[in-house]
Amino acid sequence: MKKSNIKHYKISCQVNGNKFTGYIDPNLRLIDFLRDVLNLKGTKEGCGEGECGACMVLVNGVSVNSCLVMAFSVDGKSIITIEGVDDIKYGKSLKEGFKRKAAVQCGFCTPGFIISASELLEKNPDATEEDIKKALSGNICRCTGYKKIIEAVEWARKNDK
Amino acid sequence: MSKNKYSFVGRDIERVDADVKLLGKAVYGDDLSFADMLYGVMIRSPYPRARIKSIDISAVEDDKDFVRVITASDILGKNGWPVLDDTYPFLVSDIAEFHSQPVAILVAKNNFKARELAKKVNVVCDKLDFNDDIFESMKDKKNIFSNFVVKKGNALEEIKKCEYVVEKEFHTNYQVHSYLEPQVATGVFSDDGTITVYSSTQCPFYILDAVCAVTGFTANKVRIIQTVTGGGFGGKEDVPALVGAHAALASYITRKPVRICYDRAEDFRAMSKRHPSYSKVVYGADKNGRIKACIVKYILDGGAYSTLSPLVLWRGTIHAAGPYDIDNVLIESYAVKTNKVPCGAFRGFGQPQISFSTESLIDDLAEKIGMDPLDFRLKNILKKNSLTATSQKITESIGLSDLIKTVRKNSNWYNRKNLTPSSPNKKRGLGCSIAYYGVGLGAKGKLLDRAGAYLNVYKDGSVCINIGNTEMGQGAFTVLSQIASEMINCPIKNIRFAEVDTSKVPDSGPTVASRTTLMSGNAIIEAAKPIRKNIFKTAYDMLKLSGGKGIMIASDGLFSMGDKVVKFNDVIKECFNKRMKMSEQGWYVSPDTSFNIENGQGEAYIVYSYAANIADVEIDTETGVIDVKKIYSAFDVGRVVNPSLAMGQAQGGVLQGMSWAVYENLVINDGVMKNPGFTDYIVATSLDMPDYDIEFVEKYYSNGPYKAKGLGELPLIAVSGAVRNAVKNAAGIDITYLPLLPEKNLKLIKLRNNNR
Ligand code: FES
Ligand code: FES
Repeated sequence: MKKSNIKHYKISCQVNGNKFTGYIDPNLRLIDFLRDVLNLKGTKEGCGEGECGACMVLVNGVSVNSCLVMAFSVDGKSIITIEGVDDIKYGKSLKEGFKRKAAVQCGFCTPGFIISASELLEKNPDATEEDIKKALSGNICRCTGYKKIIEAVEWARKNDK
Repeated sequence: MSKNKYSFVGRDIERVDADVKLLGKAVYGDDLSFADMLYGVMIRSPYPRARIKSIDISAVEDDKDFVRVITASDILGKNGWPVLDDTYPFLVSDIAEFHSQPVAILVAKNNFKARELAKKVNVVCDKLDFNDDIFESMKDKKNIFSNFVVKKGNALEEIKKCEYVVEKEFHTNYQVHSYLEPQVATGVFSDDGTITVYSSTQCPFYILDAVCAVTGFTANKVRIIQTVTGGGFGGKEDVPALVGAHAALASYITRKPVRICYDRAEDFRAMSKRHPSYSKVVYGADKNGRIKACIVKYILDGGAYSTLSPLVLWRGTIHAAGPYDIDNVLIESYAVKTNKVPCGAFRGFGQPQISFSTESLIDDLAEKIGMDPLDFRLKNILKKNSLTATSQKITESIGLSDLIKTVRKNSNWYNRKNLTPSSPNKKRGLGCSIAYYGVGLGAKGKLLDRAGAYLNVYKDGSVCINIGNTEMGQGAFTVLSQIASEMINCPIKNIRFAEVDTSKVPDSGPTVASRTTLMSGNAIIEAAKPIRKNIFKTAYDMLKLSGGKGIMIASDGLFSMGDKVVKFNDVIKECFNKRMKMSEQGWYVSPDTSFNIENGQGEAYIVYSYAANIADVEIDTETGVIDVKKIYSAFDVGRVVNPSLAMGQAQGGVLQGMSWAVYENLVINDGVMKNPGFTDYIVATSLDMPDYDIEFVEKYYSNGPYKAKGLGELPLIAVSGAVRNAVKNAAGIDITYLPLLPEKNLKLIKLRNNNR
């Protein structure tokens, strides 16, 4: 099989506020770049096919499944992962909400949910329960039954400072 | 909550592992790093049945990232995975019995490359005839993995005398666990001649057995350490042992750490599932609406190897007549071989399938008699001093009738005829179901039903606890922290649970069967008793010495006497000054029961938990699409140690049951899985969830830790029956299969319309 001969591809981007400039393998997915190059293991791979949302991160404020995106495509962009959500709006209060409402069970889905919820609240601070359900429908949680996650997001919406 | 006399038990304590998980810092199996780590990818059988001749690596052997391929001939120990029997080879040496069965391990320097290379390895084999049908398979006796009988009274005779008799056949399909973290294990051989396996698992001790078998190592040279586990639901009971054994073998052979991390499709194809089932059920009642006889034939499609099928089948068999007081019961059950992926443990463990059948048919029987389905159940359920199908007397802790009344009230059952559908082409209805669940491993798994705990108090007042059961998301470490805190009056934050490590605790059996709160909870209590004595005595002496008067009160980590107070940490300091023993081992063995396997009579389980559900469902008569609007449930699980965590676990279980009933449809055609992934195998999302109205009714169990029983599986078990009965009540169609797919429902709706 012929793969690209370019071994390295230069990118620069911001991850959780930190600058990265360096050479990467052009075959690298964004999730591998985050986990293996930057050692940010909080982003999880649940399916590798864009269906579960465990790998969600924000790229320029928009949630993407990092298993579907190539790393080189984030050149010049700003990325937020679960490790950096404290610095974005609603980040801290979402975490607090998840804790208070017992919305974390196994926790494997949690980073992805927090990312998509933060995107929702940023765009729509008045999100209703229906809005939340819709916004989170790209994230699978097999443990909680979703109710407590929705309550956690509502708590964050009401209590964000 | 005001009546609760405890500081920790029965309270909404926040999860002890929430912070680390929310930081993204919890270390799951694929988050561990080791220097020089290699990656293993399984090479699998390309056919449902095949004679494997050789593994052709000519296309990959020159690749700089290729390390080697490991085949059956490289196995140092025994090529048979010990799980009840040992017929399932770690790697196929001759005949592969199902599509995707592991044949070899390809090891490479990085994960991406390992996967690329694995695709180019050619499994040279002859395709053989296979069998994917249970009825065909059963014709040959040797394809029956196991069969059981429960025989109480004389059901065949009594059924003839019944005024009302109903009889039906039912089919249910697979369910895929869909834990969000795929299977992963890392084997680390070290130069001192030991092997450590890090695994995402519910059952580290099963992995220990498997690693010893495949490597030939003795148990004292093998350590299994559980990594933070991203969901299990039974899917991380037995099969992680296979993954862990492969990783250990590869590490031993290459002398490097080896990680095996499945991708989702592989996880679907090769890991265990909920068994598809067939059942035929007959119930008979007298003219007063008392059930007199029940006859069940229950068959599970076990897949290619027996693995846990006998135990799954046994639990299903014991509970197959439903939670009813029936004098005459005859149950016959079979687990049968087919050339498909081996099925195993899944939340409910053989009960949900047969519960679907019996709860459907019980409803039909009530209808035939002309009784309200709830009244009919109330008339026939197990009560205190009733005998179960195995003639076990229920002596305590039974809340079933209260549960039924609770959901009846909460759902406004008597007003159900007035419920309006959301549009004219839709029909809406309520349906009910009930269940019971024998807590723990029961008579058949008795030998494994024990647990150990090691509790160590440090002089700074911090506490470390080792147990042999696992946290997999269900909240075990939090609930058990509460129990430990309550015992020694220690602040929750002082307690840490060490990761489960088979070298640190005795074999505590599997973390299954909703047994962890009960078994590990009691083991912790055993360990804590002598320490509690030391702490309480020391606190008492300290308070007396400082002039305290009256009785001592211990609560919330403080000890007080009149106006004098000492803190837990100061008491501990004093205990150490007095050179008291502040570490202990606890050991709990479940009470003995007697059971006769020949006729299935006796004490099957130490105690039962109970459930009642009512589903509020709408069906679109033009599309057949079902919308489950709300599920009312009530559960009796003894004392609820942590109400908020229990609620979360219950909601999750109810949704898993509903999702199985309505959406989840695994397709295996000609022995090959057609939809191995979340793209085409649909699990419920936030848009599909119903409203939940869940209540706990606590009927204390005297032998439980703080009178708790067990919760984990119960919420899932009977949901499907409630949904089916609601659809029947709404649209008048008679569903006998799961899942309730729209196209099938539509067919029934048309059939019904034509018959009018
Ligand atoms: S891992 Fe990316 S969507 Fe599942
Ligand atoms: S908490 Fe386990 S998948 Fe959501």
